[in-house]
Amino acid sequence: MLAVSFISFAMFTYVGDPVAIMLGQDFTEAQRAALVAELGLDQPFFVQFLKFIGNAVQGEFGLSYRLSRPVAELIAERAPATLELALCAAVIAMAVGVPMGVYTGLYRHSILSRFFLTFSLIGVSLPTFLIGILLILIFAVALGWLPSFGRGDVVRLGWWTTGFLTVSGLKALILPAITLGVFQLTLIMRLVRAEMMEVLRTDYIKFARARGLSNRAINFGHALKNTLVPVITIAGLQLGAIIAFAIVTETVFQWPGMGLLFIQSVGAADVPVMAAYLMLIALVFVTINLIVDLLYYAVDPRLRIGKGAH
Amino acid sequence: MTAPLLEVRNLRVEFHTRRGTLTALNDVSLTIAPGEVLGMVGESGAGKSMTGAAIIGLIEPPGRIAAGQVLLDGRRIDNLRYDQMRQVRGRQIGAIFQDPLTTLNPLYTVGRQLVETITTHLPLNPAQARKRAIEWLEMVGIPAAAQRIDSYPHEFSGGMRQRVVIALALCAEPRLIVADEPTTALDVSIQAQVIALLKRLAREKGTAMLLVTHDMGVIAETADRVAVMYAGRIAEIGPVRDIVKAPNHPYTAGLMASIPPLDRRVDKLAAIEGSMPRLSAIPPGCAYNPRCPRVFDRCVRERPDLLDAGTTRAACWLHAHG
Ligand SMILES: Nc1ncnc2c1ncn2[C@@H]1O[C@H](COP(=O)(O)OP(=O)(O)OP(=O)(O)O)[C@@H](O)[C@H]1O
Ligand code: SF4
Ligand SMILES: [Mg+2]
Repeated sequence: MLAVSFISFAMFTYVGDPVAIMLGQDFTEAQRAALVAELGLDQPFFVQFLKFIGNAVQGEFGLSYRLSRPVAELIAERAPATLELALCAAVIAMAVGVPMGVYTGLYRHSILSRFFLTFSLIGVSLPTFLIGILLILIFAVALGWLPSFGRGDVVRLGWWTTGFLTVSGLKALILPAITLGVFQLTLIMRLVRAEMMEVLRTDYIKFARARGLSNRAINFGHALKNTLVPVITIAGLQLGAIIAFAIVTETVFQWPGMGLLFIQSVGAADVPVMAAYLMLIALVFVTINLIVDLLYYAVDPRLRIGKGAH
Repeated sequence: MTAPLLEVRNLRVEFHTRRGTLTALNDVSLTIAPGEVLGMVGESGAGKSMTGAAIIGLIEPPGRIAAGQVLLDGRRIDNLRYDQMRQVRGRQIGAIFQDPLTTLNPLYTVGRQLVETITTHLPLNPAQARKRAIEWLEMVGIPAAAQRIDSYPHEFSGGMRQRVVIALALCAEPRLIVADEPTTALDVSIQAQVIALLKRLAREKGTAMLLVTHDMGVIAETADRVAVMYAGRIAEIGPVRDIVKAPNHPYTAGLMASIPPLDRRVDKLAAIEGSMPRLSAIPPGCAYNPRCPRVFDRCVRERPDLLDAGTTRAACWLHAHG
């Protein structure tokens, strides 16, 4: 986290010349000096860094060079769109990926399994933007069923804006969520499949069979639960990745989220926004790691120490 | 002799591999009477575990039963569908595996594993099953069973875990137990306790047992009869006294001579020269002929079936009469 903040800040300081961008073509040396002082750019590197950290902790990332508005405000405005999109993508990836993984792990040689595996190969190898464009071509351009860009109508709930409550909002979610979820979906499916096959070879599964338990109890009880232990970690990391990868999807669908904001900021060398975005992504990863550790603890009794072994 | 509980007839198990078909079990026949303990010995790879797996119907692909039958109470069980065989496993035939560290599901409490086994096979509700589970834990010697029932496997020592495994194998009251080296993975100091427990429970419940072990001392103490396996076949089978004291097959004799006697010190054990052939390189004739001190011309040409040899039956031409 500290490392990310340092890098963000280094970028903040050295990439582009924000002053030139803010002032435009014609400026006097006095104007320039005044702005530099106002932005605090005349102070030594480490003073600037400490100030940056202090402000960041309070959610204060300074002004956007491009829009001349507080960065925190911009991010708060864009965050709901990204989080809703990421949530839908993650739900799709888990809800479809886990069952497909279980199925292909159990029935390795069935035709449907082969189909799923081929599909997952395509999902892994096609770049996200291509999947997005293909979906747009089919469902938006050719069939005209779903919108190809934007969020549709959103409803305001306090500072949060949601697309879940309107038909056009939900329709607008479908294509980007699928685009964003497909890669993670295939990853989760392959992971669950590999783990499932591994678990099915273990002695305790053989012993469960030798005890005469039903297939259902063995496959969906004993085997699935053991499969999910390692899947939790990866799925958690994937959720972080989904939020980070949203950049591409948001660009393809002109989705008004943080990723799009980031891309626009990159184009304008709007460093405060970029730095704040990176910090936020780092925060998301750290939080998810924590949640994953807690989940592990809940699922795997071997980690719950203090009960006294033997 | 009473009607056998279990009968294995001319069982043949094959593995289809890329380099051809391997025959892991060839023409194996044996019977186990109700309440009887049949010991099974033989070198590593002889096919002991494979025999046990064939009996409980858990041979894993690419292995398969290519010929022969397994009968329980005279009813074939080797060709049952999965859900029919499921009612045999646990309920009629219980199994104990070698390594208690890996046979228990680490994410379920021992109580849950016991209860699910009991309710699968017996008409008890969960509360009754839990009571029964505690009784079983007491029977296998788990102290403070009523508290320990909600512990996870990793909270037990290896010996205690194997006791839990024994409870799991016996809790649906099967009439036959297949115990594949139940103490090999345990500390030497507790092996005897676990065997004694198994023997006592089997006697109390009248459960028959196929006991696979490398320990001739255990066999001598526990088994009624013994089957000696060699390269996928039974070399000799008969009452434990005769197998130990007066073996009729040269391989059995060699095996017995390689066991240190308890009553006197020996400086050098008479180990059998050479090693068992791999499945892909079993010699024609008697599989033991390259190592047999009494080999003669017929042994290299023809393969001996089990022949009557006094009190035992031995696959050896020395016992061909007439
Ligand atoms: N998947 C497989 N493919 C090919 N051969 C196999 C396979 N599994 C087992 N075998 C062979 O089957 C034979 C019998 O093995 P088995 O496990 O029954 O031996 P065992 O008598 O139990 O030996 P041990 O004392 O080591 O447990 C072995 O020679 C082994 O190589
Ligand atoms: S048949 Fe021949 S080679 Fe085989 S055990 Fe008997 S004597 Fe030895
Ligand atoms: Mg074995």
